Amino acid sequence: MTTDTASERYETLFARLQAIVTRLEGGDIALEESLLLYEEGTAIAVACQRLLDAAALSVQQIQQGHPQSE
Amino acid sequence: MKLLTVTELSFYLRELLDADEILRDIWVEGEVSNFNRHSSGHCYFTLKDGDSQLSAVAWKATAARIGTLPRNGDAILAHGRISYYEGRGQIQIVVDDLRPAGVGILQAQYERLKMRLEAEGLFDYSRKRALPPMPHRIGIVTSPTGAALQDILQVIGRRYPLAEVLVAPCRVQGSGAADTIVEALYALYELPVDLIIVARGGGSIEDLWAFNEETVARAVFASPVPVVSGVGHETDTTIIDYVADLRAPTPSAAAELCTPDAAELAVELAYAVERMDVCVQNQISQSRSDLAVLVRRFEQHSPERRIERDRQKLDELVQRAERRIGHVLALEQTRLQGLQRQLVALNPQAILARGYAVVRGAHQQIVTHPDHVVTGELLTITLRGGELQAKVE
Repeated sequence: MTTDTASERYETLFARLQAIVTRLEGGDIALEESLLLYEEGTAIAVACQRLLDAAALSVQQIQQGHPQSE
Repeated sequence: MKLLTVTELSFYLRELLDADEILRDIWVEGEVSNFNRHSSGHCYFTLKDGDSQLSAVAWKATAARIGTLPRNGDAILAHGRISYYEGRGQIQIVVDDLRPAGVGILQAQYERLKMRLEAEGLFDYSRKRALPPMPHRIGIVTSPTGAALQDILQVIGRRYPLAEVLVAPCRVQGSGAADTIVEALYALYELPVDLIIVARGGGSIEDLWAFNEETVARAVFASPVPVVSGVGHETDTTIIDYVADLRAPTPSAAAELCTPDAAELAVELAYAVERMDVCVQNQISQSRSDLAVLVRRFEQHSPERRIERDRQKLDELVQRAERRIGHVLALEQTRLQGLQRQLVALNPQAILARGYAVVRGAHQQIVTHPDHVVTGELLTITLRGGELQAKVE
């Protein structure tokens, strides 16, 4: 429960990717920074795609105080 | 007083019953006995209540439509019309719908509870929360053995396997089911779930009854995160459907409504990458052309170009100098010619030619005055044609 779910990691990565795209599309940015961002964005996109491809639904049944009758 | 034949009386009674508004469309509550399904498919039985009884018939088509037929001893509500059966001289109900008798009471309870909770504001549209676009942890309150759970897991697994599912098991029917639903909900409220699905597969109205309980409705209302209900089939509406933030027609639909589709996420991802590509490609080509402009400007200031320009300037200067010198020379030439002409004009020879003579004394001095010579001095006189000697007297 303490570790991030794939969903959380995806959301965080994708938010960063969107920020990068917005920054790039905003213009007024040095080519060097732009290339660094592009490199980062590409790596993030790969990581996102990997998360999508590799995701396997995790299912847990929680324990409760009362006996299960079914 | 009238005298009627049995047939006439039967006809009269039939007319009378058929004309009665109440008897044409009536619910009758009673216990089933003597149930008999005839080989024709028609069903005959008796409805009893205390010491009273009423014959009942359900025609073949009705029996087929009702599906689950009552058994002897069942308390039911029968709907239909009251008619007179001449062949036996008895009044009977022709049934067109059947329900278990408890339903009437339950239905009344349901309506009362619904009105009360609605008045309290538990159904207010204003308090419905939007579902998170990406639910990281999805809580599910349902039977751990039911088909509903399998349906939900299948849909989430297909659409959004990035999520984590926490199943809070409960019983979904029978006495005490409502309490287990409430417990399961509160167990999930302690956990970091982003939304909760409360689900149960289809069933009879009694089967779904736990979801009409006030305790369950209030527990759903207390949820700190959005709750999606997916109870029964599309046509079933339970109280928690009204309380939930979103009502889904079925468990599968609930799972569908709760999750983004990973396929769409992949498209969105590809689009972000494409936008990034376009940006950087544009910037690179822009930088290239900026660089080309700069190189051109730089080349204009290169030593080669400088020397070239200086050389050109030098050529120009030389040319100008040459032109200038030529001009000066020409001027001098003209002046010289003038002087030469003057010189020619001033040549003593020319004067001599005009008849003048140059006289020199004995010491070759030019004599320009008579006092410059003495008597007897030998003079030399130069004429144009030559010299001659002369003596002063």
